[in-house]
Amino acid sequence: MPKGEVAIVVERCKGCGICVEFCPTHVLELASAFNSKGYHPPHIVNPDKCSGCGLCGMYCPDFAIFGWRTDTPATKEGAHAG
Amino acid sequence: MQADPKGVLTGTHFMDGDHACCEGALAAGARFAAGYPITPSTEVVERFATRIPTVGGTFIQMEDELAASIAIAGAAWAGVKAFTVTSGPGFSLMMEHIGYAAMTETPAVFVNVQRGGPSTGLPTLPAQSDMMQARWGSHGDYEVIAVCPSSPQECFDLTIKAFNLAEEYRTPVMVMMDEVVGHMTERVVIPPAEEIEITPRRHTHKPPEEFRLFDTGPDLVPEMVYAGEGYKFHVTGVTHDERGYPVITPQAQDRLVRRICEKIRIAADKITMIEEADTEDADVVVVSYGITSRVAQRAIDLAKERGAKVGKLRLLTAWPFPDKEIARLAAKVKALVVPEINLGQMVREVERAAGGRCKVIPVSHAGGSVHRPETILEVILGAAR
Amino acid sequence: MSEGLCTLTTIENNPVEQFLRTDRLPHIWCSGCGIGTTVNCFAQALIDSKAEINKTVVVSGIGCTGRVAGHVLLDSFHTTHGRAIPFATGMKLANPSLNVVVYSGDGDLFAIGGNHIMHAARRNIDLKVICVNNFTYAMTGGQTAPTTPLGANTSTASYGNYDEPFNIPHLMDAVGAVYVARWTTFHVKQLERSMTELLKKKGFGFIEILSPCPVLFQRRNKLGDSVETMKFYKQHCKIKNGAPTSEVGILPGEDITIGTFVNRERPDYIAQMRRHLSGQLGEKFVNEGVPACCA
Repeated sequence: MPKGEVAIVVERCKGCGICVEFCPTHVLELASAFNSKGYHPPHIVNPDKCSGCGLCGMYCPDFAIFGWRTDTPATKEGAHAG
Repeated sequence: MQADPKGVLTGTHFMDGDHACCEGALAAGARFAAGYPITPSTEVVERFATRIPTVGGTFIQMEDELAASIAIAGAAWAGVKAFTVTSGPGFSLMMEHIGYAAMTETPAVFVNVQRGGPSTGLPTLPAQSDMMQARWGSHGDYEVIAVCPSSPQECFDLTIKAFNLAEEYRTPVMVMMDEVVGHMTERVVIPPAEEIEITPRRHTHKPPEEFRLFDTGPDLVPEMVYAGEGYKFHVTGVTHDERGYPVITPQAQDRLVRRICEKIRIAADKITMIEEADTEDADVVVVSYGITSRVAQRAIDLAKERGAKVGKLRLLTAWPFPDKEIARLAAKVKALVVPEINLGQMVREVERAAGGRCKVIPVSHAGGSVHRPETILEVILGAAR
Repeated sequence: MSEGLCTLTTIENNPVEQFLRTDRLPHIWCSGCGIGTTVNCFAQALIDSKAEINKTVVVSGIGCTGRVAGHVLLDSFHTTHGRAIPFATGMKLANPSLNVVVYSGDGDLFAIGGNHIMHAARRNIDLKVICVNNFTYAMTGGQTAPTTPLGANTSTASYGNYDEPFNIPHLMDAVGAVYVARWTTFHVKQLERSMTELLKKKGFGFIEILSPCPVLFQRRNKLGDSVETMKFYKQHCKIKNGAPTSEVGILPGEDITIGTFVNRERPDYIAQMRRHLSGQLGEKFVNEGVPACCA
C-alpha cells in the first residue's frame, strides 16, 4: 500500500525534471505528452512506491507538484492569519 | 481635518525658513523623515530630529540621499506622512525615487533648499537653478507639483500645503526653497492646531475583496491602503494594471502613464496658487518666485515711482505651470519680465505660455546672491518704453 | 502510450498555495531556476514560524529574485534596483509591528545595494534578508556580479572573470548581522528550517541561498542543467554550522561550506533608539509608536 499520494498541476510545470530525479523511490517520469507551453510534466509511473515524503513538492520551483502522506491528514495548518 | 496639536508649535516665532519648514511638516502631520546632511538644508532635519521624539515619530539619518528618498516611500506605505530634505547634489541623487513615487502614486514631500550649481557649486549661497529639474529630473513621463516659498512664514504655510497636495493627488510634491529663504530669520506665526487644515490620507473604505489598488474615479486619483491591514496588495515601479500587477504592454503603458499625468493636469486650476497685483492696465508684468519675488517687489515699487505701469505675478506654485494666467497677461501687456537666480529656466515656460503675444525678457543670474533691485528695475523700465 | 496527465489547476491541500498569487502562475522564472524553490521554502517557513501573515511584508529589488514580491500573496513591494533595504527600513520604522522581509538577488543587494545592506546590518534594523545568489545578473542577460567566481564566463567577461568576488557571509558577519547562514536550493529541509529561524529572530538576519541559473550562468560555464547543479550541490557542499565566516569563501574547484554561521544577540535598532531616547527624555519621550495618518 502506498503511504503517499502526489498531485500535479500540469500547466504550471516547466519540465525541469528535479522531482523525477530526486524522488527517493522513483515514482515519477517525465511524460511524452506536453502541456500548452510545450513542457513535459511528470506523471506517476510507480504510484505504489510513493512514501508521501513530500520532497517533490519541496523542490518544485513552479509549485506544480505536491506530495503528501495518506496515513495522516494533510491540512492547511499553522498559518496565523492574524 | 484639523492638525494634530502634538505637532503644532502655536505662537509667534522668530525663526529661519529651514526651521519654519520643519514646523510646517510637523503641523501637517509628518511623523517620519529620512535625510542626509547637505548645506543649506540640514537644519530642517536637525530640528526634526530634535523635535520628533517628543511629538511621536521617527527620524533616521540615512547613508545617502538615495536611501533617504526611498525610505520615505516605505514609510508612506506603512501609513505615515513622510518627507525628506536636500539641496542640489542630493536632489540629483533622489531623482530615481521621485520617479518611483510618481509611478507608484506614493504621497511624499521632497524639500530642496536650492544652492548654486551645477555639481558641488556654491554650497552656502543661493540659486534657483533646479526648477526645471524639479519638473523633468526623473526619466519618463510624469507630473509634479512644486511650491515656492518666499519667506520663512511661507516655508511654514507652503510646506503644509505641500503635504496636503501630496495626499490629495497621491503624488510627490516638491518644496522649492532657496538658501536665502532657508537661512533668513523672520517672524513666523503658527496658529492653533484647530485653525490648520490638513488633508488626510485617502484611505479606502472598501474591504479587501472589493479593493483594487489602482482603481480610480473621475478625479483619476486612486485610494490608498497600508501594509499590515490585510489587503495583501502589490506595488511595483514596473508599468502595472489596476491590480498593481506588472503588465509590460503599450496598452497598459498608455492607460497608466496617461492617467498619472492627467490626474495633475485636469486639476491644474485647483492646484495653481499665484499672487497677482496691478496687472489690469500694466505695460509690464514681472513674473517671479521664491526670494527673487521680494527683490522684484522692490524693483516694481521703484519703477512705479518713476511712472511706469508695472504689475506683478508671483508664482507660489511653479508646477503645474500657470499657463492660463500667463496667456491672459501676455495678451494685454507689452512685456513679461522674468528675473530668476538661474540662466533661464521658468522663463522658458513663460515664453511657451505667452505664445508670442508679448515680449518675454529674462533677467538671469548665475547664482550666489539675489539680484540687485536696480538690475531688475533697468529691465522693467526698458521694457515699458 | 496512455499517460493520464493530471487535470488539476490548483493543489488545494498544499499549504503553500495560500501564499501565492496563483493568478500569476506559471511564473516568469526559467525552467529549473532555483528561485521558485526558495519561495516554496519561504512559504513553508511562514507556516512553521507562525508568522502573522497580515503583518508580513515582502520587499524586493530589481532582478530575477526581485520578482518574488510580485508572486507572493502578501503586502509586497517591488522597489528600485538596490534600494529594497532602505525602503524596508522606512517601512519598519514607520510601523514597527510589521515583519519586514527583504527578498532580492546577489547583484541587487551587494553591488548597487551594497552600501545599504552594510548600514542596515550595522544598525541592526529588524529586517529579514533573503539573498538568492546565482552568481550573475540574470534578468539582464548574465553579466558579472560581485559574487561571480574567478574565471567564470559572463556576458561582460567573455574571456573569463578576473574580478575578485565577495565572501558574502564574511561580509555580513563583519558588518554586524545577527544571523548569517548559507544554504542551497538542494538543501531544502535545512533552508526551510533556517528561514523559520530567521523569521523568528529579532534584528538584521541574512540567508544566502545558492541557486542555479540554468539558462545563463550554468549554460555559459558548462555546468549542466538544473538537475546537474543540484547534484553538484549535494556532492560538493559541506555543512559546517558555526564555521568562521572568513573561511567560507567560494573558490573554484573546491567544496562549498554551507550552514548557519552566525546566530547572536544584539538589541535591534528600534529597541536601542527607544531605550536611549526614553533614558534621555524621560516622560517627554513619546513612545507609542507611529500612528497611521488616515482620518
